[in-house]
Amino acid sequence: MPNDRDLLLASTITHDTETARAAARREKARRAPAKWLLAPAVIFLLVWMIVPLAMTGYYSFRNYNLMMPSITGWAGWTNYKILWGDPTFWSALGVTLLIVVVCLAVTVGLGLALALLFHRNFVGRGVARTLAVAPFFVMPVVTGLIWKNMLFHPAYGLLAWLFRTLGFEPIDWLAQFPLASIITMISWEWTPFAMLVLLTGLQSLPEDQLEAVRLDGANKWHEFRHIVIPHLGQVLYVVVMLESIFFLTSFAEIYTTTSGGPGTASTNLPYYIFQGTFVQYDIGVSSAAAIGAVILANIFAIFLIRFVAGNLNAGEAR
Amino acid sequence: MAVVALKNVGKQYPGAASLAVEDFNLTTHDGEFIVLVGPSGCGKTTTMRMIAGLEEHTQGTIEIGGRDVTGVVPKDRDIAMVFQSYALYPHMSVRDNMAFSLKLKKYAKADINKRVEDAAEVLGITPLLDRKPRALSGGQRQRVALGRAIVRQPQVFLMDEPLSNLDAKLRVDMRAEITKLHRKLGVTTFYVTHDQTEAMTMGQRIAVMKDGVVQQIDSPNNLYQQPANVFVGGFIGTPAMNFLDAAVANGTATGPDFSLALDAARREVAGTRERLHVGIRPEHLHLAGNEADAQSLKGEVEVVEPLGALTMIQVRVGDTKVTAQIEPHQQVEMGDTVALTCAADKLYLFDTESQDTLIGIDSGVADQPAA
Repeated sequence: MPNDRDLLLASTITHDTETARAAARREKARRAPAKWLLAPAVIFLLVWMIVPLAMTGYYSFRNYNLMMPSITGWAGWTNYKILWGDPTFWSALGVTLLIVVVCLAVTVGLGLALALLFHRNFVGRGVARTLAVAPFFVMPVVTGLIWKNMLFHPAYGLLAWLFRTLGFEPIDWLAQFPLASIITMISWEWTPFAMLVLLTGLQSLPEDQLEAVRLDGANKWHEFRHIVIPHLGQVLYVVVMLESIFFLTSFAEIYTTTSGGPGTASTNLPYYIFQGTFVQYDIGVSSAAAIGAVILANIFAIFLIRFVAGNLNAGEAR
Repeated sequence: MAVVALKNVGKQYPGAASLAVEDFNLTTHDGEFIVLVGPSGCGKTTTMRMIAGLEEHTQGTIEIGGRDVTGVVPKDRDIAMVFQSYALYPHMSVRDNMAFSLKLKKYAKADINKRVEDAAEVLGITPLLDRKPRALSGGQRQRVALGRAIVRQPQVFLMDEPLSNLDAKLRVDMRAEITKLHRKLGVTTFYVTHDQTEAMTMGQRIAVMKDGVVQQIDSPNNLYQQPANVFVGGFIGTPAMNFLDAAVANGTATGPDFSLALDAARREVAGTRERLHVGIRPEHLHLAGNEADAQSLKGEVEVVEPLGALTMIQVRVGDTKVTAQIEPHQQVEMGDTVALTCAADKLYLFDTESQDTLIGIDSGVADQPAA
């Protein structure tokens, strides 16, 4: 026969499980509308990302050329084999990587230098900073046109005028140095972005760390090397990651200026895919190239960014 | 180890109407522990930063070890500073944090290791040497910050409110540890704090500052017994000294609900003054018996704060709140009317106009004369 204490204990236990069950019910009731509220975002992602990606993958295994509508059906790996044997694809891949790497180096280097400059106090800093940021607000198409017609143009361009004034032969930049010209334009556009982000990073550096390192006997270089750069690690990581994504997909600057030429000298992967689709109308091969671009982007995302993060491990320092 | 001398040191910030620090004069003994104390904005941190060279002084001279350091950059002043926020380098391990200054000075590796390990041993942080600052508690970071200062073996230590980010208990422990460390190393130390308890317990001499002006530089006991003015009297000691505005007549200071007879010494300094500020420390006030005492303050008890070892009561005397420290067995309730009394030789008298001290108290404790 159970005594009072046991009864009391038992009732407490039932009571406890009941409260637990009630809590679970409440939790469930709370979650149900959350599902519905999340649904639009998830559906949006599916429609705009997964569906196109899946369709591209599907087309890349089909015979699908708008010029030859009679040839249909599965192509197996044919599209990929065509791509593999196309020297233009490989050169486009090389151009893409070159644009990404050089533009990253230039924008981060210049951006850091400018950020250090604008971190100092000087008369007219506000105006100068606004002007320095301005290129970032110019649309890529407009950037291409400004540089092509107003700066690089061999007859009307500012650079041509400058060269003639100094007694030199004007240079047709886009024809003679197509890739360098495109890298210049993209870097011009993106240096302000790197500068802005790095400047924010500099401004979040605690003053007392700089004072501590100064008392510890550091000169300006030591300060920069041992305090500023590690502090900026995380910010650099963000800049490199975002810029890589944008540089991989550079298109407007090429379309409006060199059109990938002369020949294929400035054709990068996005432009190669565009040409395959809208000039040669070969949807199948272009889809295969697009899948190649996706793989490349992922290689970047995983390897390059891991590498950067590993080298500048200040990210974990905070 | 060195003597630090500040001579007529002043600081004028560009565009500021008044001086941030005015006419600061102090010469330390070798290995002395000096505390700069005062309310926020009094210039104590500015003074320390001028010694460090993080701020230029605009007037006077600062000498460290007999050398005028005007225009000398911080790294060449041979000083080490502990920051309020510790300012540890977040991406370096504790070992690297401590070794950093020695590496910059290109010490031999073995030498660096030995110094770092010795310092870690002294501070009890040897097991933490390979951790990053973010993996440390507040107290441990504090020790690392101290370690980074002591490996340098500098001539002067500067500490800017180093304990203010710690919880109350840890602060008391670290207070004792820093004092011990100072005794062991014997390095001249400047310590900035706004906490008068820290100042009293740690300082060999304390400089009390207000609005950029030094009010008094003296030993803890002298500050307590012989404050230079009303400000120092009120700033040093917890709970703070009570001040009563009194009229003087026939050797008695009186005001609403109080009457205090002055002894011979106090009558003499009061002279012909008709008004005085009377200062009484809470620990010198006692509950009076039933007998009508000439020496008494009367009022209603507004607050009773039992602290265990003693009880604090707040009594409204006239329109002044007076804090008194009583024995815990003395039962007093809120709303009671009580009479308080104070020995005649425990009264501080201040001039009403200048706020300067006319007379302090003599505890009978022999104290070394202020240097």
